[in-house]
Amino acid sequence: MRVSVPAAISVRGLTMAYGDYVVMRDLDFDIHPGDIFIIMGGSGCGKSTLMRNMVGLEEPAAGEVFHGGKSFTRADEIERRRMLRSFGVMYQGGALWTAMTLAENVGLPLGEYTELSAAEIREVAVLKLALVGLRGFEDHLPSEISGGMQKRAAIARAMALDPAILFLDEPSAGLDPISARLLDDLILELRASLGTTVVIVTHELASIFTVADDSVFLDPASKTMLAVGNPRELRDHGDPRVRRFLTRGEDTSEGRALA
Amino acid sequence: MAVSGISCERGADGLLLVRLTGTFRLAGHLPDFEGVRRQLASAPPRRLAYDASAVEDWDGALVARLLTFEETCTAARVEVDRAGLPEGLRRLLELAQAVPEKEGARRSARHVPLLERVGSATLRLRDGTTVFIGFVGEAGLSVGRMVRGQARFRRSDFFLLLEQCGGQALPIVTLISFLVGLILAFVGAIQLEQFGAEIYVANLVGIAMVREMGAMMGAIIMAGRTGAAFAAQLGTMRVTQEIDALETLGLAPFDFLVLPRMLALSLMMPLLTLYADFVGIAGGAFVSVTMLDIGPQQYWDQTASAIGLDDFVVGLVKSSVFGVLVAIAGCLRGSQCGNSSAAVGQAATSAVVTGIVLVIVADAIFTVIFNAIGV
Ligand SMILES: Nc1ncnc2c1ncn2[C@@H]1O[C@H](COP(=O)(O)OP(=O)(O)O)[C@@H](O)[C@H]1O
Ligand SMILES: [Mg+2]
Repeated sequence: MRVSVPAAISVRGLTMAYGDYVVMRDLDFDIHPGDIFIIMGGSGCGKSTLMRNMVGLEEPAAGEVFHGGKSFTRADEIERRRMLRSFGVMYQGGALWTAMTLAENVGLPLGEYTELSAAEIREVAVLKLALVGLRGFEDHLPSEISGGMQKRAAIARAMALDPAILFLDEPSAGLDPISARLLDDLILELRASLGTTVVIVTHELASIFTVADDSVFLDPASKTMLAVGNPRELRDHGDPRVRRFLTRGEDTSEGRALA
Repeated sequence: MAVSGISCERGADGLLLVRLTGTFRLAGHLPDFEGVRRQLASAPPRRLAYDASAVEDWDGALVARLLTFEETCTAARVEVDRAGLPEGLRRLLELAQAVPEKEGARRSARHVPLLERVGSATLRLRDGTTVFIGFVGEAGLSVGRMVRGQARFRRSDFFLLLEQCGGQALPIVTLISFLVGLILAFVGAIQLEQFGAEIYVANLVGIAMVREMGAMMGAIIMAGRTGAAFAAQLGTMRVTQEIDALETLGLAPFDFLVLPRMLALSLMMPLLTLYADFVGIAGGAFVSVTMLDIGPQQYWDQTASAIGLDDFVVGLVKSSVFGVLVAIAGCLRGSQCGNSSAAVGQAATSAVVTGIVLVIVADAIFTVIFNAIGV
């Protein structure tokens, strides 16, 4: 069934580097429309960098990223802007614009890409903030709310335009378990109601097993991906490094695939 | 206390047996593996094994030394057999090596020879100039987009910036300009008194303030105040990924952040300069009236006869260019900012230095040009 639709995102032969320092090489995977896709891997292995490559904030050192079957890497300015319109991105630190209130933060993308009036923009912004549990905080500045709330506000901003693809970099890091759980529910709800494709960088296993359809596992030692697939199935993966990650290091038996 | 020691002996089949005896604790020196190392270097064995049966007590000292020692072994391609080590020690060693050091992550401080430093400084200067010219070019394009109504930034940001670059700078501009006028008058008065030409203090102060010092002091104050603030704002936005967030929205960070700052400063600078001119002249008048027996009216008439409209134009043209330069220095340094809070501090500092250097160089060029065209 999936074969006929082009993948929402295809990563082909992607090598990422900062100058001469190669972060990851030879990444190859597809993200299918409507899937919740997890990027997993230890701290500092290049998960955020992979996300930055997928949204065009870093240029690949080699390889290409495709969105909906079209090359994003080689797209011209206009095409790129059209593709950007379909992304919502939440950065690891939140990255709210500190000089604007929460409602203005969420409203800026709306003002940029829609013909809505100021009052309508505010209405939509209030709704998006309410979805992440920030009703009543519309006129607060980012510095006036807690870190976890900033994170949720950043998610609201990423959802502002009802993007086809939502990128979330460690959305639940620093959230209390209940908020983290609510966030999982929200992600599942977005997918169910709007068909949003969600790409999440996370290492919260509970969240991974709740929401994930598909995932990629990055390994810093070999500087490439070790596995692609549903995380629940990857628990029995042939590579012990993958199994250990998904069982919080409890699986220490040596490689079954090799045995 | 038993004598602690490390000895080694050769066994069959290319084996080197390292024998550890006694107590190894952090209290003393780290255990000395020199002897074993020499053995390793003189005739590399194939295998290395430990005999620690005579070790009485050990702590981190031994673990630390063994770790570095085994690195030498690995480098020399000697296979190490840890079976002879105490169980706990073995586990600690394994733990210490479990997380492999990331390739390329180590930064070693290296002595750089003078010639190389000079060379790379030259290259940096060249790159820096290229980047600066590129930034100025981008600024020109951005202004072009604004004229065509394509550049987008928030009006409310712009008005805040106007206030920041204008009204909020008034107190410091007042203070500095008044003092500069005072100093000029003072120095001038002492010289001119010798010829009985005290009244020309008014000319000196008026011309100096209007043509030079008003614009110059204003620019230096703004470089320290606003240029640094711009660099810190943009630098922080880079660190917190706020600039990335603009980019993925398809908003050009240059139009959104740099353009309003450049506009605000180049609009406010001439106004501040005009204000500084008058405050400076007031400073000169203060000295003349209190020290030189020149009446206020007389001083004012003399000033009015000394300075013409062209002097004002010279000062104002300079000041708007200085405003653009200070804004560019601040925004350029801010946008080059690295990824840490220390980098934000450096960006602010270098924005001030760059701003002042640019302003003074530009002033020198202006002086030559105005001299050539005779205004
Ligand atoms: N701007 C940068 N310049 C140079 N190296 C970077 C930069 N950002 C990240 N890195 C390096 O790239 C690697 C991957 O970083 P990142 O993608 O942030 O990891 P993760 O998100 O998986 O924790 C790290 O080793 C980090 O040091
Ligand atoms: Mg990260």
